[in-house]
Amino acid sequence: MDKATHGNGARPHITVRDLTMAYGDFVVMRDLNFSINDGDVFIIMGGSGSGKSTLLRHLIGLEEPAKGEIFYGEKNFTQADDGERQKILRRVGVLFQSGALWSSMTLAENIGLLLEDYTDLDAEEIREVASLKLALVGLKGFEDYYPSEISGGMQKRAGLARAMALDPEVLFFDEPSSGLDPVSARLLDELILELRDSLGATVVVVTHEVASILAIGNNSIFLDEDTNAIIARGHPKEMLAHSTDPKVRAFLTRGEAESK
Amino acid sequence: MAKAERSLDEAAHTGAFAFETTSDNALVMHLSGSWSLKGGLPSVADARERMASATRLSFDARELEAWDTSLLTFLVKFLDLCKTNRIAVDRSGLPSGLSRLLDLAEAVPERKGARKNKTSDRPVLERIGATTIATAGETLDTLAFLGELTKAFGRFFTLRARYRAWDLMLFIQECGAEALPIVTLISFLSGVILAFVGAVQLRLFGGQIYIADLVAIGMVREMGAIMTAVIMAGRTGAAFAAQLGTMKVTQEIDAFTAMGFPPMEFLVLPRIIALTAMMPLLCLYSDVVGILGGAAIGVGTLDISWASYYLETTRSIDLAYISVGVIKSVVYGVLIAFFSCLRGMQCGNSSSAVGDATTSAVVSSIVASVVANGILAVVFYVLWI
Repeated sequence: MDKATHGNGARPHITVRDLTMAYGDFVVMRDLNFSINDGDVFIIMGGSGSGKSTLLRHLIGLEEPAKGEIFYGEKNFTQADDGERQKILRRVGVLFQSGALWSSMTLAENIGLLLEDYTDLDAEEIREVASLKLALVGLKGFEDYYPSEISGGMQKRAGLARAMALDPEVLFFDEPSSGLDPVSARLLDELILELRDSLGATVVVVTHEVASILAIGNNSIFLDEDTNAIIARGHPKEMLAHSTDPKVRAFLTRGEAESK
Repeated sequence: MAKAERSLDEAAHTGAFAFETTSDNALVMHLSGSWSLKGGLPSVADARERMASATRLSFDARELEAWDTSLLTFLVKFLDLCKTNRIAVDRSGLPSGLSRLLDLAEAVPERKGARKNKTSDRPVLERIGATTIATAGETLDTLAFLGELTKAFGRFFTLRARYRAWDLMLFIQECGAEALPIVTLISFLSGVILAFVGAVQLRLFGGQIYIADLVAIGMVREMGAIMTAVIMAGRTGAAFAAQLGTMKVTQEIDAFTAMGFPPMEFLVLPRIIALTAMMPLLCLYSDVVGILGGAAIGVGTLDISWASYYLETTRSIDLAYISVGVIKSVVYGVLIAFFSCLRGMQCGNSSSAVGDATTSAVVSSIVASVVANGILAVVFYVLWI
């Protein structure tokens, strides 16, 4: 496996070494090696069923690697005990594909739970911060709504507000555009870039939406289910211009044509 | 289908094929009539013989009137046969729509190892082995859940557990106050049934007054606890499994884990505490209501006075009997909460899996409660209680 390139010379925030992902005897990906640098908008792309979401689940500790290790900075996330993992995860925000808002809580409580547990803010301050986070994603005034009372797109935005509740250093997005109309999807892309710039966060996006990939990504890997490996890496636009791999070209060119 | 000119109901199946040998072992397949699924799928076996000596094949579809999936399915199988016999096929004689669909069906080759073996096709020994491995895996999962739960309770008793006190209150309300109407109904009727069953026999000996003993001992030792357990397994246990299963499907549990909140402390612990705490209270309530049900029959139909019934009841039961019922109800509460939460957390990622988890939670809870009842009966017998 060739060494990961760091285009802007930035420090690696997340490093993946020899990661093999498997469900029982079924190997999803073998010996993955790559780094995600500070400030990157890092895209994990590939066809449906290639293991993109599984990789994301490994990066946030929802699945254990069959082999290999994941580092956050110098800290070994894979070997860390529960307490150490929770410390690392406190600096991480995740937007799941379905939003995954806690259905028994209002939007303000969804955000407030994190603030309540990880900060010393009192109830009124928590409410204020939760309202601000909701305002940032265009949901001002929806504090007391339950997830079931708002639309899918709004749930996704509320999920994003919850993901950035603790001003995370890394934001993970699992298929952020799925289920959104093209206009909302582009708005979400712009919001992701805005958050990267304003929070200084590193962003990791799992997606197969080529329009999003080309619009926001500055580093990426392409997962191939046939070889169970990364078959391309680098800036998506450079990949589009220079990749000779037929699968990568077909994926990016067809997607680009459709987005036009 | 593109060329079908009539609907399935109306189309008469007149589709047919015939072969013509031209020269140099070249075959022409003539397709004619109207091909419809309603007429079934023709067998390719009829074509097999004619193809034995052929090297080339082409199609003539000029007499084909209409077609649907039946012709497409037939041709896919037929072309497979041609491939096996190494016959060169010229598809230019087929309608363009049909040809495009054939291309589409062949575009992505079958993935190696994708096809599942039917369980019934597997040898018996392999099936026994697979079942044993699955059972062992399930047992390990249950033990892992028990271990995690023990850790969570350890943190709870050392005041380090993270959960929302508000959630605990809600679950206590759900398991306690909200269950009262159904517990009242079932317990009252249990008392009534016990009284009627006893009345038929005891009347023969003029011992109607002993109905009070029968109902009191029956309710306090057995029926109060077990009827409450069955109600709570069906009502609250099923709800717990469905709630947790749905949270699994909608990734809410993943969100808890990914944000550093242990689901065992946030979701499972309050549910188990609430149900375990409420079960003995519900059991005592059920005992009282059941005895009242028996009294209603005794006083109403057997001419026993309220005072006599009350005195006979208090004479027949003591604290030891009441403790037996309460201890049983605590055990049932723990088992129901444990199995309901276990099945919910083990739920797969589909809506049907939520249904399976709920069914499994109720069945496991009731079976575990009845087994526990048997074991406890032996234990109390040995202890002379």
